[in-house]
Amino acid sequence: MATIDVHHHIETHEHDDHGHEHHHGNFWTNYIFSEDHKVIAKQFLLTGMAWALIGGVLSVLFRLQLGFPEANLSWLKPILGGWLTADGKIDPDFYLALVTMHGTIMVFFVLTAGLSGTFSNFLIPLQIGARDMASGFMNMLSYWFFFLSSVIMFVSLFLSTGPAAGGWVIYPPLSALPQAIPGSGLGMTLWLVSMALFIVSSLLGSINYITTVINLRTVGMSFTKLPLTIWAFFLTAVIGILSFPVLFAAALLLIFDRSFGTSFYLSDIYINGVALPNQGGSPILFQHLFWFLGHPEVYIVLLPALGITSEIIATNSRKPIFGYKAMVGSMLGIAILSFVVWAHHMFVTGMNPFLGSVFTLLTLIIAVPSAVKIFNYVTTLWKGNIRFTPAMLFSIGLVSFFLTGGITGLFLGNSAVDIQLHDTYFVVAHFHLVMGSASFFGMMAGVYHWFPKMFGRMMDEKLGYLHFWLTFIGVYLVFFPMHYIGIAGFPRRYYSWTAFETFSGFADLNMLVSIAAILTLAAQFVFLFNFIYHIFRGKPAPANPWNATTLEWTTPRLPGHGNWPGEIPTVYRWPYDYSKPGSKEDFIPQHIPFSETPESNLPHENDQIKLDLGGAGVGGDKH
Amino acid sequence: MNWIIWVGAILVLIILFMIFRIGNLVDLVKGKKDEEFSISWNNFNAYLFLGFMFFGLIFFFWYSITYFADYDPPVASIHGKITDDLFWLTMWVTVIAFSIIFMVMFWFTFTYRYDKTRKAEFFADNTKLEILWTVVPAVVLTVLVIQGLVAWSDITSPASKDAVVVEMVGQQFLWTARYPGTKDNELGKHNYKMIDASNEFGLDLSDKNSYDDFKSLELHIPVNKEILMKIRAKDVLHSVFLPHFRVKMDAVPGVQTHFKFTATKTTAQMREELNNPNFNYEMACTEVCGRGHFSMKFPVVVDSEEDYKKWLSSQESWLKQNPEYLKYVPAELKEVAMIKAGIPLDNSATVQTAAIK
Repeated sequence: MATIDVHHHIETHEHDDHGHEHHHGNFWTNYIFSEDHKVIAKQFLLTGMAWALIGGVLSVLFRLQLGFPEANLSWLKPILGGWLTADGKIDPDFYLALVTMHGTIMVFFVLTAGLSGTFSNFLIPLQIGARDMASGFMNMLSYWFFFLSSVIMFVSLFLSTGPAAGGWVIYPPLSALPQAIPGSGLGMTLWLVSMALFIVSSLLGSINYITTVINLRTVGMSFTKLPLTIWAFFLTAVIGILSFPVLFAAALLLIFDRSFGTSFYLSDIYINGVALPNQGGSPILFQHLFWFLGHPEVYIVLLPALGITSEIIATNSRKPIFGYKAMVGSMLGIAILSFVVWAHHMFVTGMNPFLGSVFTLLTLIIAVPSAVKIFNYVTTLWKGNIRFTPAMLFSIGLVSFFLTGGITGLFLGNSAVDIQLHDTYFVVAHFHLVMGSASFFGMMAGVYHWFPKMFGRMMDEKLGYLHFWLTFIGVYLVFFPMHYIGIAGFPRRYYSWTAFETFSGFADLNMLVSIAAILTLAAQFVFLFNFIYHIFRGKPAPANPWNATTLEWTTPRLPGHGNWPGEIPTVYRWPYDYSKPGSKEDFIPQHIPFSETPESNLPHENDQIKLDLGGAGVGGDKH
Repeated sequence: MNWIIWVGAILVLIILFMIFRIGNLVDLVKGKKDEEFSISWNNFNAYLFLGFMFFGLIFFFWYSITYFADYDPPVASIHGKITDDLFWLTMWVTVIAFSIIFMVMFWFTFTYRYDKTRKAEFFADNTKLEILWTVVPAVVLTVLVIQGLVAWSDITSPASKDAVVVEMVGQQFLWTARYPGTKDNELGKHNYKMIDASNEFGLDLSDKNSYDDFKSLELHIPVNKEILMKIRAKDVLHSVFLPHFRVKMDAVPGVQTHFKFTATKTTAQMREELNNPNFNYEMACTEVCGRGHFSMKFPVVVDSEEDYKKWLSSQESWLKQNPEYLKYVPAELKEVAMIKAGIPLDNSATVQTAAIK
């Protein structure tokens, strides 16, 4: 599907600094093993979308069980086969496999690879003014490691013992002992292999993103003139590089425990009539290692979405983003703090309670930069001139979810309150809104906003509105009721609640949630149609459809390898000169020098003209 | 039958697609495609956001106020009252903050929707505002954190010496409770390598304290007395969850965890209070542990002081129920064991011969 881009080869190559000379490859080098960041971005996007669909379908399957526990699902027999019990219900082991794979797929394959992989790849060179990534080859490897990892994870869905089933957090001993749950057999082995490859892919990508942002910015593009998208991708990559290796270590030790008889996580286990020889290990060690990645992972997923949103909200409010420095500062703060809050996932795991106090304190500190971001988004809307493009709708939706889901973090981050809420549906509601749905909306916003640049055509706006409203309301209907169920104590990962008097009163609410989930998934097909149809039949996109200021809109309609046919534009100003007083247009792109806009310049910008003319080139950091 | 459904679904899709095409063509004929930007659709979205905000907030408040009691499990422990208060304090703070920001945001998206005649305000930063909304959340959070930490350190402080000790053992997929017995009031040592079909706890019978330990398939606790729950797991992670006492703590193989709490209402009092003669306290598992995770229910009974004593004295020690295990008791301790376990001494000869056989 990525085959319709790059019709236009670059006409001139006067300043092809980076020596990309192979513009006329064959089908394989152009579209499959391409080293062009735009093609790789599309590969990530399409793979991510395929995964999102699979992850969504899995969630509907287990929602059927939760919403309609009495229903006979025999009609799913052709798909699920032996995973249905004789009376047409989902097998409890398979139910756990469904929630596990839904989590793994959504967190890693959709919202990490699909989001960062797509937009970091696509936007970093285009927005900083580079011909491509620092290493096109590593970038290609990054995708193909991800692809391999995807294939292995996909294959694991079809094993007779099922895929991994111990929850996406794969806590040992459950994940270490095949006798504890069938999914911990070959399914878990494939999970670990797949994730190891995934981590390789992520690291290759992140190293590339960081190197590119640091080294390949065009003339004048100082760090303080970077669009917030790039800041977000950059910090995300830094977080990824520091945290994914820890998951790798955790997985490696788990592989040793599973296959080579070591006891890193295992101790004192008696299972199925056998006392295992393992002694001295600690399951809690795994949890520390896992969440040392697991929590930063939340921000790996979220920051790119916030970056995309910042860009889109500013563009469509026709206003500078409010508090550019505060936005960068809060992202930096979040990036740093994200490494010291991991144990708030572990308040009641038997960890030393003193650690609980420390992590409560640190966790609630991270709420401050998050709050600052929300206030700044809202202030950016204030006195704007807002155009509700589908991208803008999804961005506002993101802010709404970030607020709704983020604020419940104040309950969960407080260890004393968390005792009751931990591992209940309250947690499910919290992170699906603040991380899952918010990031998914960021991804959707990005697709709608940069589709014209990716495919040179426009998507249908009305279908976009329809998609947005169905999804926006659908997501609230799915996740908001879960707060109530969670407050009532209903635990996560329960196949059925009827065994307990305490939890058995919410059948109606669970049914509502399930119906909303099915409708929300159905609404995504509106998007799929809109997306695929308009790749081929969309109206040709104008050069700058949203009147945005950033550099990607200075490229040809379908940029070829190398992005700009001629010289890369020089950058003179920050990316948020929207509705500048005095200016005729309501936006001034980054590559317009101050000398051409005397009517709208601020005093210090007039001073800047002299510097620019004096050949200094690199603009000052006045913003 | 199935193929009719499929054909129907495909027809619906085709009709939807035709509507989409016709809509496009009509727009084309009207020349709308060339119009850069549709102000009516823009207003439509702005109004929908406003409507969503009003309807959403009204529904949220109405539903919560009307039905919240259904979702609020009654609290029956001392620290549970404190954490519930903290929960409600946090609730007020967040609901107020949420409502204000929610209203302001969607008010802005409505008021500042696109208008050709207007230009947006070039408002790039304002240090005072930014300091304000950094400091205000920080102060509010400090209040919440301090209260939370005080409660937390109280909840996790060591239990008093005369607390009633109960051990909960999790395994796939059931719980068992072990009581320290009435004679020594100490839990005996255990060793997972000694676990077998009868010796579920892995009682180490060389330890004197284990002889009067007894097993229960119901958790009985006295009201208004501090309970120290010691928790362990035999196979994979489990988690003790007592929703009415606001107690949750993981059961970890190889690590002993614990939680202390004081129940404030007996089962009978709770039945009366809720006007529900069938009410029972329950214990659940909240850490995914495999196929039967959702069915790990353990009944809980809170007794009055006298009832608890009565129940305690009616329990037989584990060793008495499994006298064949006397053979694992070191010879010099056999008599102590029999006394503590409540096995009549004159039976010892027969028991021993039975064991030898």
